[in-house]
Amino acid sequence: MAITINGRAYDAPKDVRVSLLDLLRDTLDRPGTKKGCNQGACGACTVLVDGERILSCLALAVQYEGRSVTTIEGLADDDDLHPLQSLFVEHDGFQCGYCTPGQIMSAVALREEFKRGLPSNISPDLQASPERSRAEIKERMNGNLCRCGAHNGIVDAIAAYVSEDNE
Amino acid sequence: MTQPSDKHAVPKAGENLKIDRREMLAGSAATIAGVALSGAATAEQPAVPVDARDPLIRTPGNLGAAHSRRDGPLKVRGEAKFAAEHKFPGMVYGALVFSTIARGTIRTIDTDAAEAAPGVVFVMTHKNAPRLAPPEPFYATRTGMAGSSLPVMQDASVHWNGQPVAVVLAATQEEADHAASLVNVAYDVEDAVTSFEDATAGADVAFYAGRDLKYVAGDAEAALAAAPVSVDREYSTPQQNHNQIEPHAVTVAWQDGVLRMHDCTQGVDMSAITMAKVFGIDPSKVHLTAEYVGGGFGGKTLWQYHILAAAAAQAAGRPVRMTLTREGVFRVCGGRAPTRQRLALGADRDGRLTALIHTGTTVKIAHNAMTEPFTEASHHMYQADSMHLEVRVGIMDMLGNTFMRAPGSAVGTFSLETALDELAEKLGMDPVELRIRNEPDNNPTTGKPFSQRALVDAYREGARRFGWRPRSGQRLGRREGEWFVGTGMASAYYPYKRFGGSAARITLTDDGKALVETAGADMGMGTSTATAAVAAERLGLPYEDVDVRHGDNKLPGSIIAAASQQTAAIGASVAAAHAALVAELAALAPEGGALRGQPAAALKTVDGSLALAADPSVRISFADLLARSGQTSISVEATAPPPTEVSEWSMHSTGAVFCEVKVNAVTGELRISRICGVYDCGRILNEKLAASQFRGGIIMSLGMAMMEYAQFDERNGRIANPSFGAYYMPSHLDVPEIDVAWTGIPDPQAPTGARGIGEISMNGPSAAVANAIYDAIGKRVRDLPITLDKLM
Repeated sequence: MAITINGRAYDAPKDVRVSLLDLLRDTLDRPGTKKGCNQGACGACTVLVDGERILSCLALAVQYEGRSVTTIEGLADDDDLHPLQSLFVEHDGFQCGYCTPGQIMSAVALREEFKRGLPSNISPDLQASPERSRAEIKERMNGNLCRCGAHNGIVDAIAAYVSEDNE
Repeated sequence: MTQPSDKHAVPKAGENLKIDRREMLAGSAATIAGVALSGAATAEQPAVPVDARDPLIRTPGNLGAAHSRRDGPLKVRGEAKFAAEHKFPGMVYGALVFSTIARGTIRTIDTDAAEAAPGVVFVMTHKNAPRLAPPEPFYATRTGMAGSSLPVMQDASVHWNGQPVAVVLAATQEEADHAASLVNVAYDVEDAVTSFEDATAGADVAFYAGRDLKYVAGDAEAALAAAPVSVDREYSTPQQNHNQIEPHAVTVAWQDGVLRMHDCTQGVDMSAITMAKVFGIDPSKVHLTAEYVGGGFGGKTLWQYHILAAAAAQAAGRPVRMTLTREGVFRVCGGRAPTRQRLALGADRDGRLTALIHTGTTVKIAHNAMTEPFTEASHHMYQADSMHLEVRVGIMDMLGNTFMRAPGSAVGTFSLETALDELAEKLGMDPVELRIRNEPDNNPTTGKPFSQRALVDAYREGARRFGWRPRSGQRLGRREGEWFVGTGMASAYYPYKRFGGSAARITLTDDGKALVETAGADMGMGTSTATAAVAAERLGLPYEDVDVRHGDNKLPGSIIAAASQQTAAIGASVAAAHAALVAELAALAPEGGALRGQPAAALKTVDGSLALAADPSVRISFADLLARSGQTSISVEATAPPPTEVSEWSMHSTGAVFCEVKVNAVTGELRISRICGVYDCGRILNEKLAASQFRGGIIMSLGMAMMEYAQFDERNGRIANPSFGAYYMPSHLDVPEIDVAWTGIPDPQAPTGARGIGEISMNGPSAAVANAIYDAIGKRVRDLPITLDKLM
């Protein structure tokens, strides 16, 4: 079975040690997904698998046969930016740009989690639909590190993206 | 006038290994805290570098406009290519083996299993590495960019715990990593100095950046003893690491005798020259690009891995991609050295300082030229009747320490600004008022006039924005439920610097557009965006019509993105190139016309035209000038004049930081609930990008205050937490919404009026946090980081 990446089918690697991240970056030469720590601590390698965010550095590629992976390169259509990509530029949600693909992929999944009413560690009511507040965004984005210090801009961009007016 | 690029005509490499003061940069007339790397004024070139009558300083036009980052769309798409994302045909992947002892000799190194492992194409050790010259360290020579002058894999000696002792090249990263784990090394261990106490016992005064780190004025100890009010405290700060999210990496290939490098350096030209000297080739035979760099903060310079990648590529005859693991970054790329400081202040009853003593110790290695200059801010911030400022440095067997955002002042302002808070309390005086009372008229140690300083305005604006409640010796902290809430403030400081040797090329094309090229770097600060705005304003062209290239050592000049100086260096270069361009354009003006024969000073560029400065309606468009000359473009390159402004003026940026913290009464958990910084940094060139820069430094300083700590194991000299899982730094939950503002007053002596903003906001927040903690719970913590165990 193949791994579907941004709509195209690819063979799983023969070397079972190859992470999904190294498959993307090294084998397929799609380096938009970033390697920051290779141990699940920084979030730079976040991709979507069937719409859910995962850390591709901690994922063995062979486990994703038959699954559909979306990376930062698969987010936008042709020349247009994805709405969240535009919001990151508008709100200056980055400096160096290295953590950015991971932040964006994480937040794309985050909006779906809000829509599905998934609570977070800080949601006061596990049954009620969570408030789309800055506090909830920070809690849910806390696994995506940024060292340049663009945190305020990142949260601004995501707050605009997840607001219900934007749906 | 077009100046042919002679950028690689540099002095010969020194043969020195150990760095001592005689070998370091002499002739530091034009230096302040950071050395001017080159270009002090000479008899032949006594130019006044920055024209105080520069119209851009008085009438900035669109400068400051909040343009979005030019590379934004590329970065949000993941299409900006970083060092480890370039590929060469036949490329292999590198992995390093690190020593596990701090000092000694490799007795045996067994690479048989590694060489036999699948995919392996080459294993390099000191036995088969190419013969290489030792690299020139940063600050030891004009072009040195290396972290140390230690020879790289040339013999069996081990100098720090974590030193690379073998390189494995394999077809995939997985194969290289696995094979590296199969290399067996046996060592003869020698005694190493790995304790701070041992290293600094009897340490000498440090020599750094061309001077002894010692300043004495009057008898400060006697003044302290006689002062009616005083504080005298000890402080410590640990090793911190830059932790750029992009791990250090390089992709290299030898192509027809040219070393091609895709790098992540902050100084493309200096890195290329340093590599050339190591390999004994002409600098023109190194082509190094670093268009996108995933964070720098002082740490993206030249480290052993660069040299090992290029050496292994040469020996194996294969291009190499070498990406450090996160652990590898901690083992191979240095951080900020730890410090132990004494800060003592004496004052009269009115709060005027009679004594300022700032002394202490830090550590470095024998093979670098970097001492953490933690007394920096104390030289320039406050008037005091007597002063004793002194940094002593000991030699330790460790990975070479290096420059990290606001070297010296980041950790030095922590002690200075918390001691002032204690003094204010003892005086029964508001800490803002205490600082205002000690605001100097001229530079307190050099006596030079300030080019521009509006720190008092920054205090007042910061206090207003934050809603600061003045106090007179009492704590104003309160309890809200299980949280203690307190407020504190501190000053920020960073020097203005501009290094010589920068240059720019402007190419004007007949479609009315311009291309500006410099060998500058952009680790995320927004270099190309700011440069485009400055150049557009100078050229009289729309911002959109100016393109910018940087990050390539083949481009003009030697420019390093360090010491917050790149903006000034590029600004001066663009001004110089623009002046040369005006002269060239004037020569193309029609015979007998009003513009012909005019001196460049009488001309300006406006609305895509060359015009008379006195009457801009007398003009001729660039397109017409080019058409008349039969050219489709005109290209002019010029070098910036030497940075003589710093020898005539005291040029510094300052600021005020106010913050509110919450300390949990049960767990000691520390939260930063509000923080505000107001900065006096000259003109701000882009409001949007500047706000992010200021916030970024504040956040890194919050990390320094709250959590950052490389755990150096003094038993064996090894860093015990070389990972993002164990070296904590601020994440989204740690970062409040940060209010930043600036005076925006142009510095009449700085190019374009801008002093540079990359580092100042690193200074102040850690002290403001400590002061706010005291306000909240009545506890003074003088040892960073302020982890919750210290607050229980």
